[in-house]
Amino acid sequence: MSQATIEKGINAFKEQIDAPVAAFFSSCVSCGMCAEACLFYTETGDPKYTPIHKLEPLRRVWEQEYTLTGKIKKLFGLTEAVTDRMLSEWQELLYDSCTMCARCSMVCPVGNDIAYMVRKAREGMVASGNAPEGVRMASTRAVRIGSPMGVKLTSLQAQIRHIEADTGLTIPIDVEGAEYMALLSSMEIMNFPEYIGGLAKIFAHAGISWTLCSTAFEATNSGIQIGSSDIARELVQRVVDGAERLKVRAVISPECGHAYTAIRWEGPNLVGRRFTFKVIHILELLDQLRASGRIRTEGLERECMTFHDPCSLVRKGGVIESPRNLMNMVTENFVELEEHGKWGWCCGGGGGVSSNEEAAGLRHKAFRRKKEQLEASGADALVTACANCRLVMEEGFEGYRVEMPILGLTELVADHLVTEEGSGEPPEKR
Amino acid sequence: MSEPMDFLLLVRGTGFDVALTIFVIGVVLRLFEIFSLGRGVNLAEPRGREFGPGMRTILTRNVPDPHTFRRQPLTVVIGYLFHIGLLISLLLFVPHIELFKETFGFGWPGLATPIVDAAAVITIIALLAALWHRASNPVMRRITRAEDWLVWLATFLPMLTGYLAYHRMVDPYPLILGLHLLSVELLLVLFPFTKLMHTFTLFIARWYNGAMNGYRGVQS
Ligand code: SF4
Ligand code: SF4
Repeated sequence: MSQATIEKGINAFKEQIDAPVAAFFSSCVSCGMCAEACLFYTETGDPKYTPIHKLEPLRRVWEQEYTLTGKIKKLFGLTEAVTDRMLSEWQELLYDSCTMCARCSMVCPVGNDIAYMVRKAREGMVASGNAPEGVRMASTRAVRIGSPMGVKLTSLQAQIRHIEADTGLTIPIDVEGAEYMALLSSMEIMNFPEYIGGLAKIFAHAGISWTLCSTAFEATNSGIQIGSSDIARELVQRVVDGAERLKVRAVISPECGHAYTAIRWEGPNLVGRRFTFKVIHILELLDQLRASGRIRTEGLERECMTFHDPCSLVRKGGVIESPRNLMNMVTENFVELEEHGKWGWCCGGGGGVSSNEEAAGLRHKAFRRKKEQLEASGADALVTACANCRLVMEEGFEGYRVEMPILGLTELVADHLVTEEGSGEPPEKR
Repeated sequence: MSEPMDFLLLVRGTGFDVALTIFVIGVVLRLFEIFSLGRGVNLAEPRGREFGPGMRTILTRNVPDPHTFRRQPLTVVIGYLFHIGLLISLLLFVPHIELFKETFGFGWPGLATPIVDAAAVITIIALLAALWHRASNPVMRRITRAEDWLVWLATFLPMLTGYLAYHRMVDPYPLILGLHLLSVELLLVLFPFTKLMHTFTLFIARWYNGAMNGYRGVQS
């Protein structure tokens, strides 16, 4: 990246401002309702975490550059400039205290999509050199090594060998002409490899041809988290190249909600063209296979289980019904959290917050929201569909000494597959 | 007596024309400012539509989500009260309708004056409550700028002067009526250049929010 300067930052802000942003800032009546939707405010009570306040730099640039009154005020020296100092102060607000969960965007009475603007504001932060260290490192690793956690192909291959030994199934890599190309998140590879095993089992069961891609296995996109379209574009391009090289019909997004929005919703806009392949979330695919009878399960979990909706999957991704259908397929005592689906509360670690060490303390505080919500549900176990949420919640549970197992939905479905010849072990009852 | 009368004639005539012209040109300009910025074409394959969900969000954002309401009921209740009261006082007060009829040649039925009077009192009280809330609530204090106070004042003055004029609480009457008109003119002039514009732009904002989410299959 070229040298970051405040001028570049302001230019980036300017470039990001479009008609929706102008309509949003024109409409804000400073009512403060957005604060009540944001876990960083509700759990700290600190008014600086009010969502719209996090956008003050972007708002100033909009007012001074794109409104007549702002221009006149600027002429008479009546406006406050956006300075480097201001932006470094805002780093905490735009990164540490925002997971881009978009809950505030659901609540604002005048209809402001605040998360949409936070995503845009981060472009200016990167261009002016005000992104946090941890997130910056992650995106550098993503570009250089191919994974934000620094997971190399060799590490994936090592994990694959283990999984193949465990399951007796082959994990295909670089199979040209496969129907589906599955993407993974580094966290799945390193922390929850059982997800990959789960995929292999389900696809073998349903008779689906699939493959991983050696040049594009990482689905998360640190470029989007940090707010750099240049990095984001490069990362998406790898997936596009991989999918086109292998001539697959569709690319499967892993559970990770952020990865899904990155490839499904931002991807084509970043590379500037429509994809030649479809993008489908793993839960959407499983739900389709369920509906068409291609996956059959047996046995139901008896424990009371609840589901945590990854924000990017529901509010930002639109995958709302599929996880519920799948939960009902494998559990008999599924309880919803009081505010769920598009009203779910964030785990506190999305949008790059979990890779930002400076945010650790705040994230711990904010997690109390989720913790209380989960405790109120009376569930014994928690199911989710995102390796990042899962890790963040495991850490949160540790911090608050909560004993609640967390399961991945895909693995849960895999555990309940009907064993074809009846030769396998029946699924374990919990 | 002639001075207040001259004043009234001035604000009623030239004053009003000027204010209305600024208002109309200003609003058009502001809407142009917004729409001329445009919006990129979305190349991602849609899951849902834009238009319908956008229209729905325009409607649904009139009602707060129950959980958020419980966290901050005062903002919502005060907001409802003064907006509804304001609309009643403005649109259903017979002398206002008469004035409109004189100018544009058509009108609509108004409400009985005591009802409008009650609505006006409620509006004034709600606006005072809103002022107090803005001054005391930590979140609002953090995000309130000079403009918010100005906008409050510009809304409050026509209500106050209108009430005083109707009840003939200021003597001479032409003076208070003139002041009422002047405060309305102030409101009109400020309108396009302040967040009073939300009256129009919130429909645009809600639509964009609903449409962009609707595209991804989420009703926002
Ligand atoms: S809820 Fe909407 S209108 Fe109210 S302060 Fe937040 S952004 Fe502004
Ligand atoms: S997107 Fe989520 S974390 Fe960010 S300000 Fe809005 S509610 Fe808070």
